[in-house]
Amino acid sequence: MDRPIRVLVAKPGLDGHDRGAKLIARALRDAGMEVIYTGLRQTPEQIVAAAIQEDVDVVAMSILSGAHNHLFPKVVELMKEQEADDVLIIGGGVIPDDDIPGLKQKGIAQIFTPGTPTTVTIDFIKNNVKRK
Amino acid sequence: MKLINKMLSGDKRACARLISIVENDKLESEKIIKQIYSHTGNAHIVGITGPPGAGKSTLTDKIVKSLLKENKKIGIIAVDPTSPYSGGAILGDRIRMQDLALNPNVFIRSMGTRGYLGGLAKATRNAIKVLDAYGCDYIFIETVGVGQSEVDIVKAADTVVMVMVPGLGDDIQSIKAGIMEIGDIFVVNKSDLFGAQRTATEINMMLDLNTNEKRRPPVLMVTSTKNEGIDKLIEETKDHYTYLKESKEYDERRQKNLRIELLELVEEEIRNIVISETNKDNKMENAVKELADKKVDPFTVRDKFLNSIKK
Repeated sequence: MDRPIRVLVAKPGLDGHDRGAKLIARALRDAGMEVIYTGLRQTPEQIVAAAIQEDVDVVAMSILSGAHNHLFPKVVELMKEQEADDVLIIGGGVIPDDDIPGLKQKGIAQIFTPGTPTTVTIDFIKNNVKRK
Repeated sequence: MKLINKMLSGDKRACARLISIVENDKLESEKIIKQIYSHTGNAHIVGITGPPGAGKSTLTDKIVKSLLKENKKIGIIAVDPTSPYSGGAILGDRIRMQDLALNPNVFIRSMGTRGYLGGLAKATRNAIKVLDAYGCDYIFIETVGVGQSEVDIVKAADTVVMVMVPGLGDDIQSIKAGIMEIGDIFVVNKSDLFGAQRTATEINMMLDLNTNEKRRPPVLMVTSTKNEGIDKLIEETKDHYTYLKESKEYDERRQKNLRIELLELVEEEIRNIVISETNKDNKMENAVKELADKKVDPFTVRDKFLNSIKK
């Protein structure tokens, strides 16, 4: 790929801080990606609208509040409605292991929990981007 | 092309895809611009420029919100810097425009500069054309945070809004050449801060020294976060456009910019031809060695290269 991978880093829900999302955004930047960051407290609708307008390859969501089982699949659903299912969707944050299989089944390609080295996330994105 | 028809009929996703193509694929980009060029030229293109942290994104957000009440269709291109080391970028201007994301009449696109130094990205000019053809009444171009000499916006916009803030230096800064010369409208943002009046006075004094100016730019006090001064700014922006149209400066400016664009396209193409030509038989490498050994001078090599591509 001779163009940078474009990633939307998004914070759905009502989290109070975005330390982790900023860390990830910075790591992806240093890996040569164009990271669009939209800030805290986004609705799934806002995230999808930004993803469409920015024509991103990846939507990377972070959530700490516990609302992941509702908000992550909602974004996948809305992306499908926009016929944007060629976009890789990943998630991260404070997510119990038990919830991960269900999220994957609903179309979240991978979940990265606290302690994951940023290189793991970067490699996953590079290897799984759907568009050439 | 199917995408173009979809975009022309107002499809956001098609518009987004086309901008990606003009940003990434030179050959496809040319095909697209050829097809949409006749649909462009209707939008009022407004440049928002100024130093980092001056409040350009917040100001853009407030202006656009106000214009939406008039039922206008609006495009925003927000440029942020690309890392010279990794090639990556953090494009963070949308953070200040969250409420606009869902509005059907607004299209926001972030762009990394990708090594381009004039305050815009290389593909910004073509992205503007896509948004123009998409049917935007206004296109706002938010430049990267500028220092003193990033003046490319003046080649892309009809109206340049220069956003300044209090406390960035004394009156010498305002009489230096460069960005202070390109504003059609000056905004002192964060004007609730100490020193705002002084900043405005310094800009006014600088502007009063210009004797050949056809139109003296206004200096406006604005506090974006409190929505103060926004209506006046919109009024002045529209007035400037009317002035351009009525004074024929509109045509002069656009033609001047088209001439620059055309010459840049020709330069780029000649450069590409020379590079591909001189890569054959190590011509470039050999010439560089000869230059280093002082066997030949650079001007003689240039002429030799140019002669070799003449048909």
